[in-house]
Amino acid sequence: MESMILFGPQRLHPILRPELDRLGLSGGVAVITAGWQEREREDEELQKHLDRPLSNLCLHSRAEQVFSSDPELFAAHRARQDRLQAIQQLYRYRLDFVLEPARELMRRGGNPELLDWERDSAIEAIRLLDREHLMRMAEVHEGFERQWRPTRRASVADHLSELREIVDQSSAVLIAGGHVAVLLNRMRLFGVADMIREKPVLAWSAGAMALAERIVLFHDSPPQGAGNPEVLDVGLGLYRGLIPLPHAKRRLRLEDPVRVALFARRFSPDTCVPLDEKMSVRRAALGVGWEPGAGSLELTASGRVVPLGDGL
Amino acid sequence: MTLKIHKLLADGKPSKEAIDTFMEENPTFPLVEDTSVTFVYRGEADGVLLQHFIYGLETSQPFERAEDTDFFYLVLELPPQSTLQYKLNVIRGSEHRWILDPLNHERARDPFGANSVVRTVGSGRPEWTLPDSEARPGDLVRVSVQSEVFNQERHVVLYLPARFRRNRRYPLLVVHDGHDYLRFSDVKTVFDNLIHRLEVAPMIVALTNANERLTEYPDNPKHAKHITEEVVPVLEKDWPLRSEAAYRGLMGASFGGVASLSTAWRYPGFYGRLLLQSGSFAFTDIGSNPRGPAFDPVVKFVNAFRKAPGRPSERVFVSCGTYETLIYENRSMVPLLQATGMDVKYVEARDGHNWVNWRDRLRVGLSWLFPGPLWMVYE
Repeated sequence: MESMILFGPQRLHPILRPELDRLGLSGGVAVITAGWQEREREDEELQKHLDRPLSNLCLHSRAEQVFSSDPELFAAHRARQDRLQAIQQLYRYRLDFVLEPARELMRRGGNPELLDWERDSAIEAIRLLDREHLMRMAEVHEGFERQWRPTRRASVADHLSELREIVDQSSAVLIAGGHVAVLLNRMRLFGVADMIREKPVLAWSAGAMALAERIVLFHDSPPQGAGNPEVLDVGLGLYRGLIPLPHAKRRLRLEDPVRVALFARRFSPDTCVPLDEKMSVRRAALGVGWEPGAGSLELTASGRVVPLGDGL
Repeated sequence: MTLKIHKLLADGKPSKEAIDTFMEENPTFPLVEDTSVTFVYRGEADGVLLQHFIYGLETSQPFERAEDTDFFYLVLELPPQSTLQYKLNVIRGSEHRWILDPLNHERARDPFGANSVVRTVGSGRPEWTLPDSEARPGDLVRVSVQSEVFNQERHVVLYLPARFRRNRRYPLLVVHDGHDYLRFSDVKTVFDNLIHRLEVAPMIVALTNANERLTEYPDNPKHAKHITEEVVPVLEKDWPLRSEAAYRGLMGASFGGVASLSTAWRYPGFYGRLLLQSGSFAFTDIGSNPRGPAFDPVVKFVNAFRKAPGRPSERVFVSCGTYETLIYENRSMVPLLQATGMDVKYVEARDGHNWVNWRDRLRVGLSWLFPGPLWMVYE
């Protein structure tokens, strides 16, 4: 099993290069910056930090080319996205109604014998809703893949050999953050998961999120709305057992034990890992579990944020 | 709870040493203790008055003097989450000197100068209004618009968001009194921060100014024509802007709020987003306008608007301070706007008719009108 390292944001205090050095990866690297959308090619700062040859897969602009040359696929893609968004909206309605009782029960004091059962039940209701939602999203993707088989269409296949060649010649694949849904879509379109499975992967922020089994969006204090964490979609599934939380310090009320505990219990048995600046986490050898990297932390069911591994 | 000032005065006349100690122990004033705010002035004076701008309270309140001392104080009860702007009126003989509170460093500037500011519990300055070294800064660019309506060249300051790209199209927000918003409401910092935090969409902001705002802003057809038929077309020609109404907005405070609403009313469907702060929406149900001649065209417009509002926009954010005289007019406006079928959000704050109030409401207003990709982007 090749190395998989997940990082927090890399803009202000990048720590990718020392990790590449530590892994002994001195050759050129492939990078995916599709989450940056139209700024995809603005990777000069990254290149400067890495100080080694960098090949950008340019998945965003390749996808634009595909969509303009294959209107049929583009229409199908749009229809799928509309359907996913509609399902997401319906899920949100239901989420509102199951999250608040759980929060209230977590806040409320009383007889633990009575309260614990109610709390467990309330959290299970959220978990059930999340599971159902993921199943529906997965069905939409499966249906799309079955019907359209994008990687077999000439418009997409034309790019694949070039992409494979870049990846094969690179010592590692780096996946930047940005817009998580755009990034995920582009990687899905070109079947990137299969291309990079046998490569060392270093991914940060949305890049780390897109590789997970499920993608969780979060912000505890948005200027609008209730700030309910929500499951967005199935991810590429290149790793298991971890929910990455980039920009956690700014986005989550980590000092609020109710929110922390509910987050941790809702997504258990996955470990919820804040990934702020200078933080990282490494997949353990043999692909089982995770090892602490720089400053790694985890959210715990007790409502505390502790060094990764201490929550066991 | 016994207030600190009452402890000082508990034994009657405090000694000079006791006052010195009190001042040393409390280096900044006013003292905010729960809902009690203690103002202090120390110096030679025949009397001291607190001059403030809260609608509903006496605007001039006398301090008490501790007997045979140069120590003056006043305790005012204010609800939590209140912001109060004030000056001290120091009286010596026949001389009345309005001064900033020398013991309070927090100031708010406005076109007339500055005021001292006190905030009660729960009303700190929002951190998103302060410069953030992590936020990429946008740019300010001055552009000229030749106005046939006003027969002169007018200047607009454009705010371009950080990482501005010509190959991307942006929403446009046209701001009235743009120069004052820049100077007194820190809008550049606010836009830099809210865009950086993904709470507001990257947008181009046109900071406009009137030459004679009291005549141009209250429903002047020339103003509406200038903005809609001159400023916006020039900007759309030269800059990458989205042309759908949902991506085009007007914003203003006080008379600028009137200008925003009346411009949208004269061009229904053109501006899909309105941000109206403490709009001077004076109206009369019967009788004449008591606010003076400057308000005559405002009242004429608002009365006409109330009769036939139409549906000028799609989404309207309205805010007003509960300590300003316009609170009644703004509250009255909300159901009227809602009845037009527009999406309306209304926010009140315990604050006055000032640029700090308007600045501090921008996050909730802008993020509702032009939401950023907060939930989807993790850089």
